[in-house]
Amino acid sequence: MELWFTEEHTKNVRFSIKVDRQLYSGQSEFQRIDVFESPEFGTFLTLDGFMMVTQKDEFIYHDMIVHVPMATNLNIKKVLVIGAGDGGTVRELTRYDSIEHIDMVEIDKQVVEVCKKYLPQTACKLDDPRVHLYFEDGLRFVRTKENCYDLIIVDSTDPFGPGEGLFTKEFYGNCYKALKEDGILVNQHESPYYEIDAQNMARAHKRIKEFFPVCRVYQAHIPTYPSGHWLFGFASKKYDPVMDVNEEAWNALGLKTRYYNTEIHKGCFALPTYVKEKLLNALD
Amino acid sequence: MHSLEQNKAPIYEALLRYKSMRVVPFDVPGHKQGRGNPELTEFLGEKCLSVDVNSMKPLDNLGHPVSVIKEAEELAAAAFGAKHAFFMVNGTTSAVQTMVMSACKQGEKIIMPRNVHRSAINALIISGAIPVYVNPGVNKQLGIPLGMSVQDVEKAISEHPDAKAILINNPTYYGICSHLQAITDLAHEHNMLVLVDEAHGTHFYFGENMPLNAMAAGADMAAVSMHKTGGSLTQSSFLLLGKTLGQTLNVGRVRQMINLTQTTSASYLLLSSLDISRRNLALQGKQIFAKALYLANYGRDEVNKIGGYYAFGKELINGDTIYDFDCTKLSIHTRDIGLAGIEVYDILRDDYGIQIEFGDIGNILAIISVGDRALALERLVAALAEIKRRYQRDKTGMLDHEYIDPLVAMTPQRAFYAESFSLPIKNSEGKVSAEFVMAYPPGIPILAPGERITKDIIDYIVYAKSKGCFLTGTEDMRIENIKVVEE
Repeated sequence: MELWFTEEHTKNVRFSIKVDRQLYSGQSEFQRIDVFESPEFGTFLTLDGFMMVTQKDEFIYHDMIVHVPMATNLNIKKVLVIGAGDGGTVRELTRYDSIEHIDMVEIDKQVVEVCKKYLPQTACKLDDPRVHLYFEDGLRFVRTKENCYDLIIVDSTDPFGPGEGLFTKEFYGNCYKALKEDGILVNQHESPYYEIDAQNMARAHKRIKEFFPVCRVYQAHIPTYPSGHWLFGFASKKYDPVMDVNEEAWNALGLKTRYYNTEIHKGCFALPTYVKEKLLNALD
Repeated sequence: MHSLEQNKAPIYEALLRYKSMRVVPFDVPGHKQGRGNPELTEFLGEKCLSVDVNSMKPLDNLGHPVSVIKEAEELAAAAFGAKHAFFMVNGTTSAVQTMVMSACKQGEKIIMPRNVHRSAINALIISGAIPVYVNPGVNKQLGIPLGMSVQDVEKAISEHPDAKAILINNPTYYGICSHLQAITDLAHEHNMLVLVDEAHGTHFYFGENMPLNAMAAGADMAAVSMHKTGGSLTQSSFLLLGKTLGQTLNVGRVRQMINLTQTTSASYLLLSSLDISRRNLALQGKQIFAKALYLANYGRDEVNKIGGYYAFGKELINGDTIYDFDCTKLSIHTRDIGLAGIEVYDILRDDYGIQIEFGDIGNILAIISVGDRALALERLVAALAEIKRRYQRDKTGMLDHEYIDPLVAMTPQRAFYAESFSLPIKNSEGKVSAEFVMAYPPGIPILAPGERITKDIIDYIVYAKSKGCFLTGTEDMRIENIKVVEE
């Protein structure tokens, strides 16, 4: 018997992972949730059939979405995480003793419950006393916050389905308002390669640029995401991620990471020419 | 509440049978189930083109229905509590016109509020009926026209006992309802027909805790825009006849009136959309509109929490000119943040990709209907909060009224057909207009044919243009010149 999970990366490109067995399948108020076990990537979570996180390569994504902003400003104390139901982002954040307070806002409680049960590798730190969980729309949550956070991490699904509000101008504007005067916004920024992903990437970049004086994009290699080439957005009111990175101080923390290091930190902001062009020529 | 019969959708089912028969078409339309127009078929879909067909025996004929359309009309009538329901494919405009033209002949009077849709005044131009305008009350704070007060209607009736009919908006574009029951009873005591423009009131027939609908009030006719809040395709609509409608005006006569102007090539896409939507609302309407109401009330509360905006609701009810309020309308007063409604409307669309129903001088309106989602509503609220944060300014110098009492110099028909000449609007004070000027939407005329142009009106037009209102109505597409009557 052969059992394969297949995701269409475009209408004409498919990505398949051989599956041992399905551990969970359920329909929440917002989306379909599935968990599979596979020989190559271990346990993995999909939402509405789209790959979210695998046991084997999740470290890349979570390293890059957390340590890049943290190494830029080691004084970050109060963090808002939007999305991130698998818990991996919070896990990395809790490694910093200097962080005092983490609000995590995930629209779908069922995702968190499923991950706690089937993906303890990422969901292991959601009970940390500094972590406060809210199950509601991120757009709604951030609307009422003002001058409140040092860092906002948007760890969302794609801009259709329950994540659609997290790629909008109103959301970025509200994030700007919710951040302190030296605040940083990091977001999952889609992929530059395939047409539709690239449009989302460019559109998000254009919208963020309208609010933040510093607005950069950095990249990582993620084997299970479309094209494998994935981007993150770094926007801030004050700090430049390359100029202001405090390599010594971060390295002195002695955090053990498998993807991130301070050399990668400086290098990941160097983008391929075609990506730079797409970002420059972004249309709304 | 509704019988099992409402499970049926006769036109839809007939189209399914037609498809399965794989008929070879040697009739119109010439695209022949889409084969003759591959680009259009690619765009709209093969399923859609394959049922874009002409009247034929198994599919009945809208102009003279005897089988599936007749059955669908009967089901719709039952669903709306009407004596008869006509399927309308030329928009609610044609339903309103049919009502007016059925009730009034040339030279006969009809009582109506001045804040009617242009389609009602168009009907006066066609029929030659004479309008007796009742001044709708105005809410000074919001600057919007309201409903008719019962007392004003009484006065109009006693001054014009020969009027044949009265036209009522239920609700207005802003969601405001007059005392429909009292006005209906009053009109019937004086042998006048009651015509109700329910372009924005489809949900009154299916949701719970909604304002009274025309058929329940015993009105004689109602024009219901199924496409606006009921989910059918744009341009499709129902014309309802009340159970008490008498001998002088019967189903056959009204059908003849419809057939004067309605197309003889009725679209089966529109007809089937009405049929399917009626079934959906009859079976699921309660839940659907309970959700719409919940979302609208949630949106209203959240918008009011932002501060500066005023999303108004049932607190406006005053027992007369605001007898009831349609809470599915998310109407928001914007002037206190220093922005005209039309400015907020434009920013929402241009900057945030959010299209709302309309913006006027002081207000915007978002319509919450059968298809709305909580996520989308969050976006609207978040965008409004952002617009306030980024664009709020001082409100001094902003115009504060939406309604100008008209000075009617002659009937709309006489003015429209009179000898006339064109001159710049700014120089037209004191002249009688031969054409309309209105912002669209909402499509309520600022000036109608036959009305005298005042300084107030000119100021209003200039202001509305400067704020970016989309003005229409004059022959001059730039709305700089207006045709006035030779006197």
